Amino acid sequence: MSQSRDLTLRRANRRSQLREYAIQGLLIACSFVAIFTTIGIVASLAFEAIRFFGKIPITEFLFSLEWSPQTAIRADQVGASGKFGVLPLLSGTLLISFIAMSVATPLGLLSAVYLAEFAKPKTRNMIKPLLELLAGIPTVVYGFFAALVVAPIIRGMGAGAGFEISSESALAAGSVMGIMLVPFISSLSDDVINAVPQALRDASYGMGATHTETVTKVVLPAATPGIIGSLLLAVSRAIGETMIVVMAAGLAANLTANPFEAVTTMTVQIVTLLTGDQEFDSAKTLAAFAIALFLLVLTLGLNIVALRTVDKYKKKYA
Amino acid sequence: MPDYLLSTSPAMAKRHARHTRFQWYGRIAIAISISFMLLMFTAIFFRGIGAFQKTMIAVDVQFTESQIDPSGTRDENSLKQANYKPILLQGLQQVIPGATERRDRNNLYKLLSNGATFDLGERVARKPELIGTSQRVWVAASSEVDLYVKGKIDPDVPEDLRRLKDRDIAWIETLRASGQVKKQFNKTFFTSGDSRAPEMAGILSAALGSFFSLLICFLIAFPLGILTAVYLEEYARKSRLTDLIEVNINNLAAVPSIVFGLLGLAIFLNFFNLPRSTPLVGGMVLALMTLPTIIIASRSILRSIPQATRDAALGLGASKTQTTFHHVVPLAMPGMLTGTILGMARALGETAPLLMIGMVAFIVDVPKGVTDVATALPVQIFLWADSPEKGFVELTSAAIMVLLVFLILMNVFAVYLRKKLERRW
Repeated sequence: MSQSRDLTLRRANRRSQLREYAIQGLLIACSFVAIFTTIGIVASLAFEAIRFFGKIPITEFLFSLEWSPQTAIRADQVGASGKFGVLPLLSGTLLISFIAMSVATPLGLLSAVYLAEFAKPKTRNMIKPLLELLAGIPTVVYGFFAALVVAPIIRGMGAGAGFEISSESALAAGSVMGIMLVPFISSLSDDVINAVPQALRDASYGMGATHTETVTKVVLPAATPGIIGSLLLAVSRAIGETMIVVMAAGLAANLTANPFEAVTTMTVQIVTLLTGDQEFDSAKTLAAFAIALFLLVLTLGLNIVALRTVDKYKKKYA
Repeated sequence: MPDYLLSTSPAMAKRHARHTRFQWYGRIAIAISISFMLLMFTAIFFRGIGAFQKTMIAVDVQFTESQIDPSGTRDENSLKQANYKPILLQGLQQVIPGATERRDRNNLYKLLSNGATFDLGERVARKPELIGTSQRVWVAASSEVDLYVKGKIDPDVPEDLRRLKDRDIAWIETLRASGQVKKQFNKTFFTSGDSRAPEMAGILSAALGSFFSLLICFLIAFPLGILTAVYLEEYARKSRLTDLIEVNINNLAAVPSIVFGLLGLAIFLNFFNLPRSTPLVGGMVLALMTLPTIIIASRSILRSIPQATRDAALGLGASKTQTTFHHVVPLAMPGMLTGTILGMARALGETAPLLMIGMVAFIVDVPKGVTDVATALPVQIFLWADSPEKGFVELTSAAIMVLLVFLILMNVFAVYLRKKLERRW
């Protein structure tokens, strides 16, 4: 009697143990999806990019100064061999990101400092969600606004001042993108500033510094690594941003630093190469994957550096 | 700070002035960002509000049998496809008798939308007893007329710079004088798919495409996301493997969205041969994209559940799994749902990855399932914004307004859920 009860108990135990293992296995399988996604991204981009480098040498891709991806339909066509140099795209991307960051950095940092240090809790609770709303607006809306409202205004101002501005200037796309980036910078910098220990502030007040002097001479220097991290994250966003530049920046691959000219970006070219008619094996379509791989390396690199800086900073005051 | 301290010395006053100034810099920075947003919203609102109304023109139509149904069979298809142009034109000529030459007749007819004949066909097919009678029918005006009636075409612009000529404008005014022009609620905008003609285009197919994509996205990302979070927070011991998973999740959150589109193109479309341009693939791509957001949000919720809950359950003899799924997860569910909805709201506004997997086609038909070819709301906005027709500017802004309303609804729902169900510890 007691033996058989023992047996049933043991069986029940075994069964529930098995169930525990099964569920744990399922959970592990789920969390592997993240790893598979990364592998999928890297593998698919790398695979197509290697095929691309089979057609176009990697040195030409990295160092050539020309981008015009039209490939010949017939072999004897004149001037139709595609030029696949990524540098003009990179320079366009960096120009637009630079403009965006020069709008977003002062706005974002000053907002963050004000909200973290000076604003009353009530104001802060009202303003913070409003600013974060900016991050929730779909980028296609920013793109539409940039192309339809901001670009004509900038063009009109240029005409008023007597010089010509392209209707798809880097300035229009960049400045609108800058506003989009403000909440990314402000909310992260806000956290960073709040993490500066109160003791540092108290020491500064104790020495007779005003509130502003405390902020500019003590709090901000202490928070600098974290703030740099948040800026780097914003740059990585700007480089990977697609819709604003697709709608408001141009297609012409100009190697220029003039913000009034039309430039193109890596993301714009990926979109133009891959929408519309495409044959899958042409250098044109494969080029999109090569650019994307380049883009991924760039943004991930920035991201890793940024997270490291923020982490190190957090540990310093933890 | 008391005043007497500030005025003790000029240096002190200067330092204080700097303090005041610095605060103002912050206020101005915030004001710039927020007023930009307001400017954007008002610009879009005033451009788009007109699209919710549509100009209609009344035509007195003689439904003559010899024209519509010469064979007298009353067959539904032949009624739909009959040539209604002559009877519409006759109706217009009753008001504007001057237009008799061929070119004038064509111009006169162009005041009406191309959809007017289809519209009449539908009506007659639905009610064949109309044949033989004479009726006043309201049909849609063409996009140019619509813009003129809404005051968006300036008649003072030189004639050769506008598509609507002085003659056309005179005709519209004649029609208007006899009470045959009116504006009414634009039902087409909400009930039809895309069209080449602005007055016949609507957002229904795009909205449904978005809905199906989000459905797939939710079905994949929600279970995967919360189970991953549960594993990482409740089960996993710190090891190389969990570190790797964590690094992966953080990095995926920073990958540009367009790269996810390329992943979908290379793996889902070209490798697994899933159907191109469908919400199924769109939803899968969006799911992979929102997964990190959901995982990160869910983990922070799980971390906020007090250890006492787990200890109590374990102490009463519950297994690890029972503790987790009977006690911890239900407590965390409202927060995890909130995080998921916020992630899906992001996915709703996402355009670039959908362009990569071909959800960027001209879609007239309303998709009926996840494997029908479809587009999505933000993509429709992008397509219309790209269109050279002036009438589409209005539609683009109106579609943006609809998209923003959906986003606001999702966010409000998420906040409501959090307020309603979340417990503070």
